[in-house]
Amino acid sequence: MIIDHPLLGPRDAAEFTYLGDAKLIDRPDWQSETARQDFYEYAYLRENPAGWHQELWFHEAGDRSWLVVTRNTVTHEISKVELARDVARARGRSK
Amino acid sequence: MTQVNRLPGGQIDRTQSCKFTFDGKAYTGHPGDTLASALLANGVRLMGRSFKYHRPRGPLTAGSEEPNALVELRDGARQEPNTRATTVELYDGLLAKSQNRVGSLRFDLLAINDRFSNVLTAGFYYKTFMWPAALWEKLYEPIIRKAAGLGSLSLKDDPDVYDKGFLHCDLLIIGAGPTGLMAALTAGRAGADVILADEDFALGGRLNSETLTIGDQSGADWAAEVVGELATLPNVRIMPRTTVIGAFDHGVYGAVERVSDHMYAPDAGKPRQVLWRIYTQKTILAAGATERPIAFENNDRPGIMLGGALRTYANRFAVTADKRVAIFTNNDDGHRTAADLHAKGVRISAVVDIRPDVPRSLDYEVLHGELVNTKGRLGLTFAEVRLADGTMRTLECGALGLSGGWNPNIHMTCHQRGRPLWNDDIAAFVPGADLPAGMVVAGAANGNLSTTGALQGGAAAAKQALGLKGRLPKLPQAEDAPVNLKPFWYVEGCSRAWLDQQNDVTVKDVKLSHQEGFRSVEHLKRYTTLGMATDQGKTSNMGGLAIMAELAGKTIPEVGTTIFRPPYTPTAIGVLGGRHRGQEFHPKRLTPSHKWAEAQGAVFVEVGNWLRAQWFPQASETHWRETVDREVLATRNSVGVCDVTTLGKVDVQGTDAAGFLNKVYCNGFAKLAVGKTRYGLMLREDGIAMDDGTAARLAEDHFVVTTTTANALPVYRHMEFVRQCLFPDMDVQVISTTEAWAQYAVAGPNSRKLLSQIVDQDISNDAFPFMACGNITICGGLRARLFRISFSGELAYEIAVPTAYGDALIRKIMEAGAQYDVTPYGTEALGVMRIEKGHAAGNELNGTTTALNLGMGRMVSKKKDSVGSTLSEREGLNGEGQLYQVGFKPIDPKDPVPAGAHLMNADGPVDAAHDQGYVTSACYSPHLDHAIAIGFLKNGADRMGEHMRLVSPLTGVDVKVEITSAHFIDPEGERLRA
Repeated sequence: MIIDHPLLGPRDAAEFTYLGDAKLIDRPDWQSETARQDFYEYAYLRENPAGWHQELWFHEAGDRSWLVVTRNTVTHEISKVELARDVARARGRSK
Repeated sequence: MTQVNRLPGGQIDRTQSCKFTFDGKAYTGHPGDTLASALLANGVRLMGRSFKYHRPRGPLTAGSEEPNALVELRDGARQEPNTRATTVELYDGLLAKSQNRVGSLRFDLLAINDRFSNVLTAGFYYKTFMWPAALWEKLYEPIIRKAAGLGSLSLKDDPDVYDKGFLHCDLLIIGAGPTGLMAALTAGRAGADVILADEDFALGGRLNSETLTIGDQSGADWAAEVVGELATLPNVRIMPRTTVIGAFDHGVYGAVERVSDHMYAPDAGKPRQVLWRIYTQKTILAAGATERPIAFENNDRPGIMLGGALRTYANRFAVTADKRVAIFTNNDDGHRTAADLHAKGVRISAVVDIRPDVPRSLDYEVLHGELVNTKGRLGLTFAEVRLADGTMRTLECGALGLSGGWNPNIHMTCHQRGRPLWNDDIAAFVPGADLPAGMVVAGAANGNLSTTGALQGGAAAAKQALGLKGRLPKLPQAEDAPVNLKPFWYVEGCSRAWLDQQNDVTVKDVKLSHQEGFRSVEHLKRYTTLGMATDQGKTSNMGGLAIMAELAGKTIPEVGTTIFRPPYTPTAIGVLGGRHRGQEFHPKRLTPSHKWAEAQGAVFVEVGNWLRAQWFPQASETHWRETVDREVLATRNSVGVCDVTTLGKVDVQGTDAAGFLNKVYCNGFAKLAVGKTRYGLMLREDGIAMDDGTAARLAEDHFVVTTTTANALPVYRHMEFVRQCLFPDMDVQVISTTEAWAQYAVAGPNSRKLLSQIVDQDISNDAFPFMACGNITICGGLRARLFRISFSGELAYEIAVPTAYGDALIRKIMEAGAQYDVTPYGTEALGVMRIEKGHAAGNELNGTTTALNLGMGRMVSKKKDSVGSTLSEREGLNGEGQLYQVGFKPIDPKDPVPAGAHLMNADGPVDAAHDQGYVTSACYSPHLDHAIAIGFLKNGADRMGEHMRLVSPLTGVDVKVEITSAHFIDPEGERLRA
């Protein structure tokens, strides 16, 4: 598999480590009333889609960027690769 | 024996001879032969015994699809089982043995199985060896194991090297027949970077096997000329003897190049095989087609082969399997075989065609009918024909060519779960629309079985793949015969008619499978073993599908195919492993003191990829415990030194560095003063402990964090996750500096005195108290770092220098410490001292334990958010009945306290339901002179002094222990602060 790194261009998947669903970026607010339920869902519940899936890959044997890869779990087609940091900011995780 | 069946012509080099041995007998062939062609030339048709019934078998094919002619090649450590004689390139000195026999190949004792064929049908093992169950392990399995399997392994280390390589190209062309060559020529002339790979050692594919012409040249000459031109193009890489084994995601292909298999031994420094990973933009699959046989009674005798294989042997290798040959066909291809062999002077007994409108010949007899049986114990002698009018004829023949049509080699189109389509014209599956990305299929692989179709397909595919403009190049004149074929799979009324010769699956077995309810093709395959093993049913699957379809009243495409998976042909495990074997299985990392430790006679242990000194035995010591006890006591009584470089080190810098550590550690770091170090516990988000270590604040915005050796990588990865994904705007950078610093623990009451001689600054207790840290210089100016931290429980320091000075520093420490008898200690003494001190390590941070279990529940700050803090408050991880880390000592000081054993109440039942906890780390404490251990106990904090049973039913342990504090030494920590 080839992952088209937004900074480094196409790289072999062997250079990366896989973590899982990119919803792990959406870490709940610890002070919310529903924090425990929110963290339970965050830590344990995952969709398991047959189709497009946003997931986290770490370029461990490369530049150590965390990436959000949009991949089709059925065909392995990759439609988009973004820096996780940019995705996190876009999802409102700035300070 | 001379080469009695050698014909004139062919593409072998008659000016040279190759001497070779098969089953101990010497023969001669020529360069350009395969082992099979050379044996046939010498009149040898019998090359193996079948898997189940041990029936005599010869080659069915002339290629990699061969099911029968499997031999053991070479001897000694280089012996290789199950190689196909039809692809083994002949070389001088080649040594081969037949396999799967008891006794000789001609008189195989296990041929008795053939007499019991009525019993040994599909599912025999499933049905027979059911009971009594007790007999399975002792009787049935050993017998079956002995009888099963094909060739044997040498059980010696493979002396040869296998390599891996990476290639990049614009266009990968799989197959160098007319299609592939034409595609390569078109793409190569257009300037594209092309890789042309073919499994054969001679490029040209079927052009080398046929008498067809291209333009005014023979096919083989045309192929040689094209290869000659391609060789002059710097942008084209020609790879013969290279099998593309799989199509993987995103244009990645695997290919095995057999660099040295055609030689007696690899040249010095050369690998036997290379596994190439090919990255390509586009791919042309020009893999050609594989002919299929027709099933009838006793259609497996040596001498019976595919018609196309007979042509390959005659035209390319100048060999006939026998002087008299018959043909059985359902299409025009069979007549081509007869014409070619006749032209070479071989006598054609008859061509038997199942079609009524049979093409006639002036040269030999053509019959309308079908073959119903054959004779010949170790090779074909007669074939019985039932003519269309019902009369019977017997043909005398030593070889028989079967032509049932050709199946396009679509395997690689399906490696990404593509599904093939059925084509009625050729009665075969052709590639579907859902091809691997970037793949174009052309020529016979795409169902165009004529030479013109191949040339046109190859040129058009190259144009399409590369997006070339303009017309196709003018193609030379070539054969363009239509496929006249009447689908015909097996002769009515036959039972022991072989579909899959490799697995001994007959028409009857397939019918039985259907009758017993195994009706999906995947079930059929697994129940009968049709299509398994080294040939993966390349010649047999279609026949099985056709019979299944007939029985189910469906069409073949409705029945469908099994899924094609890589590898395309058998691939040795050695080439997949490459150089990653033995000591090179994974990288070996050496600590900065390794050379020095080696000279001290250290015994090393693998920790992750590191080699660490486990202990340093002295000449007088006879047991490792003696050594370890000495190291521990010497450290506790004076001073010891240990290389702790392998612990992970992460440099954390930035104005938010302290805030960041507050997120990754459950305890607080914001208020840690510059020049101080603090223990930190890291949790996973689910509240379970992940790792522990220390964080030393060297400056307001600069920390050095340590991790355990095993978790150095995952912890660093996790820190980057927290930084990039969770808190993307924190001003903090992290970098692993594990390899950049050599670090030594110097521990024991004399450690300060020792280090004072090396360190340039004042390190008195006032100037550099417990948990102090700082940038220092040593030996008059070398930059270094000093941390007053202790894993042993003694007054201790860790001192770090840039790695290049690591070797010098250990020698300096030993020199400066000589007056205190400084003692190097290894990981074992390190472990003993941390157990004596009750420090948790990997055994305790085992992926199931929380901060509370570790006795650090109160460390989890509730005033701040950190990874794992919220879920560590969950009900199930808190309250009554939780495990707590405690210590254990035996009531009888002579008893051991083994790790892994479980705790039971002294007067309660001993079973899993009453389990009270378990021991995680244990050792003999030289300080206390008895065994000690730490572990986890239910409500352990409230059970000090309680006597319990420690049991391990598996190892027969049952000892009485007392629950104690986990701190066996200096519980007040006075030594640390001294």
